[in-house]
Amino acid sequence: MGRLFAIEIIYRGIFQKTLATRMSRAIVLAAHHEGKMGISFGRYGDSPERNGIPAKNFAIVATDEQTLQDGMAKYEPKEVDITICVDDTLCKGVESWAWYGLQPVNRLLKPGGTLIVTSREGPEAIIAMAHRKESPYQLSILKGTVSFSGLWVYKDDHTDVRILGAIAKILPDLFSLQSVQKAIVSEWKDELKATSAAKSYERTTSITVQPNQGNPETPYKFDLPKWHEMGEGIAIPSIPAGRNMEDPVSHAHGGFQPDRNPTFKKFSTRTMRPVVNFDTCIKCTLCWLQCPDSCFDVTPEGLYDANMQACCGCGVCEAVCPVKECVTMVNETEFSDNSSQWEDWRKDKDAYKTWLEDKIKSHPERSHGFRYRGQYEEQIPEMLEIAREK
Amino acid sequence: MAVATVIEEQRKSEETALITGSEAIAVACKLADVDVITAYPIRPYDTVMQYVCKLVANGEMDCEYIVAEGEHSQFEIVKHASACGARVFCGSSGVGWMYAMEALTVTPALRIPMIAMVGNRALDDPGAFGVEHNDALTVRDLGWQLVWVDNAQEALDTALIAYRVAEDRRIFLPCAISCDGAFLTHSQALVKIPSQEKVNEFLPPYNRGDLLLHPDNPITVAPQGNEDWVMEIRRQNYAAMERSYGVIKEAYADFGRIFGRSYGNPFFEEYMTDDADIVLMGMGTLSISVKVAIRQMRKEGKRVGFVRMRWFRPFAAEDLAKSLQRFAAIGVIDRDYSFGSPYLGGVLAGEVRHALYPGPGKKPPVVDFICGLGGREVTVPDVQRMAESVYNAAEGKAQPLTQWIGLRE
Repeated sequence: MGRLFAIEIIYRGIFQKTLATRMSRAIVLAAHHEGKMGISFGRYGDSPERNGIPAKNFAIVATDEQTLQDGMAKYEPKEVDITICVDDTLCKGVESWAWYGLQPVNRLLKPGGTLIVTSREGPEAIIAMAHRKESPYQLSILKGTVSFSGLWVYKDDHTDVRILGAIAKILPDLFSLQSVQKAIVSEWKDELKATSAAKSYERTTSITVQPNQGNPETPYKFDLPKWHEMGEGIAIPSIPAGRNMEDPVSHAHGGFQPDRNPTFKKFSTRTMRPVVNFDTCIKCTLCWLQCPDSCFDVTPEGLYDANMQACCGCGVCEAVCPVKECVTMVNETEFSDNSSQWEDWRKDKDAYKTWLEDKIKSHPERSHGFRYRGQYEEQIPEMLEIAREK
Repeated sequence: MAVATVIEEQRKSEETALITGSEAIAVACKLADVDVITAYPIRPYDTVMQYVCKLVANGEMDCEYIVAEGEHSQFEIVKHASACGARVFCGSSGVGWMYAMEALTVTPALRIPMIAMVGNRALDDPGAFGVEHNDALTVRDLGWQLVWVDNAQEALDTALIAYRVAEDRRIFLPCAISCDGAFLTHSQALVKIPSQEKVNEFLPPYNRGDLLLHPDNPITVAPQGNEDWVMEIRRQNYAAMERSYGVIKEAYADFGRIFGRSYGNPFFEEYMTDDADIVLMGMGTLSISVKVAIRQMRKEGKRVGFVRMRWFRPFAAEDLAKSLQRFAAIGVIDRDYSFGSPYLGGVLAGEVRHALYPGPGKKPPVVDFICGLGGREVTVPDVQRMAESVYNAAEGKAQPLTQWIGLRE
């Protein structure tokens, strides 16, 4: 019986599709330089994928054909040696297309396996986001701004080769640094990338995460109905009409809160979320109108509260709001719950104001793909600076 | 390095590429120097067209690449191009293939050697993208040759063989190559790319001969016909399909000789059948789970084998019956359905039972398993369950003739 290796890459659909595919392919090609064989494929993505919705890409490698086939018999590997998470907000859990409920980011990781995360956060913040695992695992953080691209454009910030270098350090039995450099040069014809991989190899470290560390919540899940329990004619109940909202202080009723999808909570589809300044809002209704997913609940006094059960963090609300800093998109790592901002504001306006100002200051701002000319040029030096830090 | 130099070097040696089943077929189209390709987007087959147009844009392939406004036009355009002597390639999935149905029925009738890739996909509704075989199977009576492949290397090789067979003047029938959606169309594996020299040796140019639509060859194609003519026309297709059995064997023999890769019996693959008590049967990528399950069962002393149908049309019934009679019972895995069919079974089981019935030999019990619909995996435990039922049948214990495996019930 030969040896089987499995690596999964958890990424944001579309924005990181090319990043995931490039790494997955390079893993197979690097291992192939050492005589191993492998396959690379995606899961939980659509074709094309959906913006920001978590997806996975797998690289399965084996020392011989038969072991590879054994590994391929189950489409998604039972367990992986390494989980690569290229958006740190995905550490909160993965709720992807075609998976029901919330899947912990470390679910497939073998005991003692390594979770590699690209982030500017430190280990405490990352560990706090990830669910507890019954066995210890390793955490390795690749310091840097999370890398997002567009569908047709690739942000070539060396995230891919840095991760490949890290893999060589963490799992030398899979491939050596030399092999991955060979794969990098033959695929991308760029010696500088090979150097980046080597630098990352030098710098890669990891710490052990114990079973008592992490988010203690039980991830929500759903049981699927049996064939005879389902309605016929491929007809399903729609989301019923909503209701008015209740003010937490005055208990006045009014406004309108749509009901939400009971089985797709969208909590993990966000890499950023809007924070609203209810004091400066002029009730122009543009955020509510333009939100592609009808996320905004209308409060009794006619303000607009972004409901975190529906928000996938697209940023349109911020773009259309005419008032400066009334709606601001903030990095999802800044939040650890999905509570209603309006209710918090109603209960204590001063505390909310402080919280809001802190959130706005504490970006780093997220952006998907290329939102304006010159953005790439702005972000590269930032990345290089981080790369040069110890 | 100039693109032309790279191609030159590739021509000489056999390189290995990490590509999907779809991309492998696109590479075969490039090697076969296909003239006209029409595309229309539908997942999961569309990756083949994405790769084709990448090859065209990079100057690695010279062909007319036309994006039609729908699958009906897509298949009509290549049908006509083929009638004018162009080597053509087309493809679709699921309901896209259904949308082309009028063109699909006429294509074999007119003896058009079109090669199409079907990225097997469940038929809408519900709009699932996962694999089911019913889309390609819809044309099984019409004169299309149908073949299922289970890995990217086989996809590339079979595409080259398909051109050779379909364009043989004795045949002139279209051929649809089925690749399981997602499992084969979207997973990248290491594939050996043959050299252009070898492909040129194996595949002669397309010569439409007396049927070429050209002013110098005054013919009229597809005039109106009535009951005086139709039967004879159909009989001609029958004869062509009858001959294709032999032409397929010739082509595979030649392929093995030229490329150094032999597939044995072209019509079906036999895995561990020499000493098997019972066999399972199926088509496409479920073969991986089945083979892995068989190896595990063998360790427990259960001698199970696997027969994977490649060519569904022509269906090599006599060969298959001869092989299957050796076993005490047979389990057919149908990644398809046929509501209201005899014993409510799937398509492949029906064909297998039919293949066994007329012959002089033994007729082992055939149990049918509906499994893996809509892209649901056929798992190793599923296969073990199926084998258990087939063993029961072999021992004379009555089994439901059609069983649904992996269903929530």
